[in-house]
Amino acid sequence: MISLVEVQETNKMIREMNLDVRTITMGISLMDCAHTDLKVFNQKIYDKITKSAEKLVKTGEDLEKQFGVPIVNKRISVTPISIAAGSLNTDSYVPVAEALDKAAKEVGVNFIGGFSALVQKGCTTGDRKLIESIPEALAVTERVCSSVNVGSSRSGINMDAVKLMGEIIRQTAERTADRDSIGCAKLVVFCNAVEDNPFMAGAFHGVGERECVINVGVSGPGVVKRALEEVKGQDFETLCETIKRTAFKVTRVGQLVAQEASKRLGVPFGIIDLSLAPTPLIGDSIAEIFQVMGLEEAGAPGTTAALAILNDNVKKGGVMASSYVGGLSGAFIPVSEDHGMIQAVQRGALTLEKLEAMTCVCSVGLDMIAIPGDTSRETISGIIADEAAIGMVNNKTTAVRLIPVIGKGVGEMVEFGGLLGYAPIMPVNSFNCAGFIDRGGRIPAPIHSFKN
Amino acid sequence: MKGIITVLGKDKVGIIAKVCTYLAERNVNILDISQTIVQDYFNMMMIVDISQAAKSTEVLVEELQQIGEEIGVEIKLQHEDIFNIMHRI
Repeated sequence: MISLVEVQETNKMIREMNLDVRTITMGISLMDCAHTDLKVFNQKIYDKITKSAEKLVKTGEDLEKQFGVPIVNKRISVTPISIAAGSLNTDSYVPVAEALDKAAKEVGVNFIGGFSALVQKGCTTGDRKLIESIPEALAVTERVCSSVNVGSSRSGINMDAVKLMGEIIRQTAERTADRDSIGCAKLVVFCNAVEDNPFMAGAFHGVGERECVINVGVSGPGVVKRALEEVKGQDFETLCETIKRTAFKVTRVGQLVAQEASKRLGVPFGIIDLSLAPTPLIGDSIAEIFQVMGLEEAGAPGTTAALAILNDNVKKGGVMASSYVGGLSGAFIPVSEDHGMIQAVQRGALTLEKLEAMTCVCSVGLDMIAIPGDTSRETISGIIADEAAIGMVNNKTTAVRLIPVIGKGVGEMVEFGGLLGYAPIMPVNSFNCAGFIDRGGRIPAPIHSFKN
Repeated sequence: MKGIITVLGKDKVGIIAKVCTYLAERNVNILDISQTIVQDYFNMMMIVDISQAAKSTEVLVEELQQIGEEIGVEIKLQHEDIFNIMHRI
């Protein structure tokens, strides 16, 4: 029998603590759309996406009403375009991005991910064309997201791609300079990218996935924060136990929505990504969780340990709640999307170097960080190489989403709007690394025995 | 299919009457009601059977919300599963 207390607890989590299902993402394979003619290919992918996701947004809205829990985003991820469009006879993939954008608008999703290439070991002709099309593709489309996987624990780091991506990020920033370089907010460089991640901008439908699948990303930093407020000052065992219990409840909601969505859409359920993803709202911040844990600001000594605790216990609680946990699962630490992180940067508590250290124990990496517009391509590549190395050596996913804001410098603010938030521009170590980056080639994979 | 209705707001005459009349007209059966008033705040939970309802759940959710706005309280109808799944293994 359901009790009044339980009902009140659930509704309080939704109303006051910003509990939400962050995203329902439909993964669609475009493998069967391959064609040599650009027009035919574009028509085929447009038709397939609009047909598969026809009822996605409506179903999401219905479920939102039925359970009374907000489902913030409805999104689509597709097979990495460099693979699906491999046989295409064209120099530029920009028209493909436009076709994706058009399909996204037609079905009403806010982002479509998969303008991607997986080049951890090397580039095919198609991969290179896709990467070179990114700056223009992100400038002329609104909802397309792009990602490039440049390294993995198995194959090492493709330094040619790292070098190229420094240049691509700069070009993307310049192409969208009139809008605070927002193009870069839709571009992620990965090491060890996962194939079933429902979170943008890094979502794509992996080649090991089935035809069509529903992945759900849940979130609840506010809920965790409030739960921790109740046990303030108590020992680490209590702290961990509280995070675990809360993560369990949050994930169960996602599991329910995922199963119901999959049933109604007639599409198999894939995974739940049990991440704590912040929003710029007050009370929905990872940095605030650190403060409740006892740190004055995110970035203070102890932050990496706090994040490690948070990440691990979110996973421990979540795996009990759903048998198919996947994606990135853990805590996200984007700067611009978390008002507590923004404050920490402004107060000088949080630096790029500390963020890099934190990425060793979080679920993604350097995320949504605004840097000066005059940062060189080599410096950006250097940061990508560092972050990819962390992922490669530690067998984890790492990512870089840097935004060199053209025309702005350290301390100035940049506004992206909506969930992307706003951020102060952070200083970057500008000592030259060109001699290192320009070597090119590939960093060999690390040895897997002698673990330490 | 069961739904949970929660009503929260400043207490006044006729809240239950209004909700119950609406439910009766839509052929929604009330299975259980519990209610408390804390410092003038009315707090009610109802378990209802919506399997025979004359309208779809989505419409019921919207119309109940509207009634709530009219009389100045917050009325929510949610599928029972969200509570079951969260609090029971």
